[in-house]
Amino acid sequence: MAAVAEQASLTELRPAVAGRNPWALAWRRLRSNRIALAALGLFILIVVMSLAAPLYAHYAHDPNPFTPNLNGTTVINGKTTPILQQGGGILKLGETPIGPTWDLHNYFLGADGIGRDVGVLLLYGGRASLQIGIVSAVLCCIGATIAALFAGFFGGVTDAVISRIMDIIWAFPVLLLAISISTELLTHSNGFQVGPLHVSASSLWVPTLIIALVFVPYVYRPVRGQVLSVVNKEFVEAAIAQGSSNFRIMFSDILPNVVSTVIVLLPLMIANTIFTEAALSYLSVGVQPPNVSWGVIISNGQELLYTRPWVSLAPGIMIVLTVLALNVFGDGVRDALDPRAKLRVGTGEAAAGSGA
Amino acid sequence: MRHIVPKVVNLGGGKARFAGLAALTVLAMAAAGCGTSTSSSNKPAAGTPVSGGTFTILANSAFGVADPAQNYTLEEWQLLIDSHDGLVTFAKTGGVAGTKIVPDLATSIPLPTNGGKTYTFTIRRGIKFSNGQVLKPSDFVTTFERQFTVPGPTSFYSGIVGASKCSTKGCNLSQGVVANDSNYTLTINLTAPDPELMDQLSLPFAFAVPSNTSTKLTGNNVPPGTGPYMWKSYNPNTEAVLVRNPYFHVWSKIAQPNGYPNEIIEKYGLLVSNEVTEVQNGQANEVFDGDQIPSDQLTTLNSPTYASQVHVNTLTADWYMALNTQRPPFNNLKARQAINYAANRTAYVKIAGGPSLAVPACQILPPNYPSYVAYCPYTTGSQTVWSGANLAKAKALVKASGTLGDKVVVNSTNDQVGTALAEQMVADLNSIGYKASTQLLTAAAQYPFVQNSANWGKWGVAWSAWYQDYPAQSDFLNVLLGCGTIHKNSDASPNIAAFCDPAIEKQINQAETLEATNPTQAAALWTTIDHEDTNMAPWVDMYNPKQIDFLSKNVHGYSWNPQWYILIDQLWLSK
Repeated sequence: MAAVAEQASLTELRPAVAGRNPWALAWRRLRSNRIALAALGLFILIVVMSLAAPLYAHYAHDPNPFTPNLNGTTVINGKTTPILQQGGGILKLGETPIGPTWDLHNYFLGADGIGRDVGVLLLYGGRASLQIGIVSAVLCCIGATIAALFAGFFGGVTDAVISRIMDIIWAFPVLLLAISISTELLTHSNGFQVGPLHVSASSLWVPTLIIALVFVPYVYRPVRGQVLSVVNKEFVEAAIAQGSSNFRIMFSDILPNVVSTVIVLLPLMIANTIFTEAALSYLSVGVQPPNVSWGVIISNGQELLYTRPWVSLAPGIMIVLTVLALNVFGDGVRDALDPRAKLRVGTGEAAAGSGA
Repeated sequence: MRHIVPKVVNLGGGKARFAGLAALTVLAMAAAGCGTSTSSSNKPAAGTPVSGGTFTILANSAFGVADPAQNYTLEEWQLLIDSHDGLVTFAKTGGVAGTKIVPDLATSIPLPTNGGKTYTFTIRRGIKFSNGQVLKPSDFVTTFERQFTVPGPTSFYSGIVGASKCSTKGCNLSQGVVANDSNYTLTINLTAPDPELMDQLSLPFAFAVPSNTSTKLTGNNVPPGTGPYMWKSYNPNTEAVLVRNPYFHVWSKIAQPNGYPNEIIEKYGLLVSNEVTEVQNGQANEVFDGDQIPSDQLTTLNSPTYASQVHVNTLTADWYMALNTQRPPFNNLKARQAINYAANRTAYVKIAGGPSLAVPACQILPPNYPSYVAYCPYTTGSQTVWSGANLAKAKALVKASGTLGDKVVVNSTNDQVGTALAEQMVADLNSIGYKASTQLLTAAAQYPFVQNSANWGKWGVAWSAWYQDYPAQSDFLNVLLGCGTIHKNSDASPNIAAFCDPAIEKQINQAETLEATNPTQAAALWTTIDHEDTNMAPWVDMYNPKQIDFLSKNVHGYSWNPQWYILIDQLWLSK
């Protein structure tokens, strides 16, 4: 009896071992990373500001933010001022748009070369850049993950064919490939079909799909590697032995074990795709006017760098902040999900425990 | 010539022309005061010119292949006129006098015989090429045969007897270009009278090269010429260098005077903004006048500091939006007229750099051009000067045309100006009820794209620009809007709008015939054709551009020729 009582008291003394969900652990680690959370906050702020573009346009009395306003006027300090001002001197060469007024109601960041409010365009440009960046990164990750699952699970010819296709895409420089595809698609003025969807040549879907496509190999490779490392594990063999379908094994057994890699890659891919969109739009093969993105605005401002640097600087700063926020946040996510990070956290917890 | 992009254009043949046109155009341009400079005189500056030094030009990009039989760019032409000569040439002087055609390697301009189909030139003796070879009449046979064996705009000389059988594989013009090296004569036989032959012989394509020059493309090696300079080297990635031709002597000061700089260098691959800065700092002498100075740097040039260094000249050129007359909505006259009424030409002028750099236009012929009579039906006020868009009339016309709500694709180049023009055109189209979008292509791709009929279904409005090849009315009215210049499935079809009106075409032929018998009546008929073309609205003519020459402080002797623009070798450098 004494032994049983002793056993019972030991059981009462030992704390219950709670099962730890790996996602909860990751979230816990991420929450403790304040720099990553600050970066996430900054990114969310940029997203919210961009989504509020129509509200700001209304606030700034700019109902047609994309329409050129070369002959327009505005009131600055009670004085009616042309938005584009002719050069002075004897020759009167050139037309210069008004600079920043620092008045949120009225051309806060000045006008671009065709008289549009840069502040309003900046927010609308953010909507396009973020939409393209996020959607293309998500599409890219989904496509790459599916391809990696098929290649890694089936192996053999399937793996060889898919991997060689990825190698071909990989072999082209990203921008060159994107420019080539974009230039070709832009000349199809009547648009083109993507499955059941009809995409017009000037649609934001064109740069979105192109950017998604050119980055697929960059996600495919690491995910395929993960799939290959998982596919021969015992639980997969057990699932096969139980007669599970291939589809079920891939998406119910393997996918949950590789998805952390995809999640780590996603914010970094968004940063990459935003950069790529900006580059393509700067080269006039991304977002097509009259739509704007940050890259388009930088391009519009490059001839005004001496006199109206804010036209290019403002979207440049927005890109830097967005990409920086995503990279820092992406690092935080990686630290939270990476097994080595788990070891570090575990060691820390152990140390904390022993200390107690 | 559209000198924004190097190009090869098939100008089409079969036109009846007459040699009297050149004299007529000179008179007309003189009357119109062509080539006026708004900032400073285009006559040589005061002071004693001095020879010597290196004149450095900065250019954003090179002009492609340097072979004079192929190159069709102002950029190379401005150098080729200093290194080569033709039978005749435009007088190498500034102002209106520069539109006059004068004998160069020929001793005089011959009168035609054989019903206007034969011209016999006497060639000057004692002239040597820069490699020491003596110039002979037979050198011209090679020169003209190379027009056909080297891929280029051969149609300028397609009226020469035997030319129709020439191709890139071979050419025999022994019947069309007959050289007699013993008595130094050269006879050119044509299949039909050509009123523009002297203009065409004045172009660099017809500049003499030695008879032993390869009949194939010489690439970046410019064959020897007879001018005051010779090409030492040309690398499109770095620079072109011209040095003095040791065998040159002056035979006609008005045709080919001696140059002042010892060396002319054109450097490539710089940003235009850097070009401006270098010239401002005196590190180079000229920003190539085909490079568009960024708008914010233009404002810095307004400073009194640069007043003597900036020269602005009116060009005989059109910047326009061609309307696709082969597809809806602009196969409908009312729709074409509607967008002409709606076009905000003040906005287009602002995009071009403001009223100091462009003039709003409605008609095809540019101001200061032969047969130009101001005409602008697409405005609110008078019928001569554009004073504002007439949106009410435009909307009524769109409604009457039944094209309201149609989709329109506006094709343009993806550079700053091309993009801005396209965006303004989209706004103008949307303002009268169309659903417009842009289609922006690189400059190199855009021009062939819009010329090719295979792409007619892909655009509704296309940006383009045209600079005169030589001062003849047909260079605008026939080349750009004649039925004969629509070449289906070709990238060289300069009638971008694919506009063809049989009644106007008949008048074009009539005007060309009349030039032989009644030049005054022909000029009046060209005016009528210009106005009729404008009424048919195949384009939205936006503006006539002006051009800026920006030179360093130590450059003197600026003169501006309406044909060649800045005369580089006539500039001299002070210490």
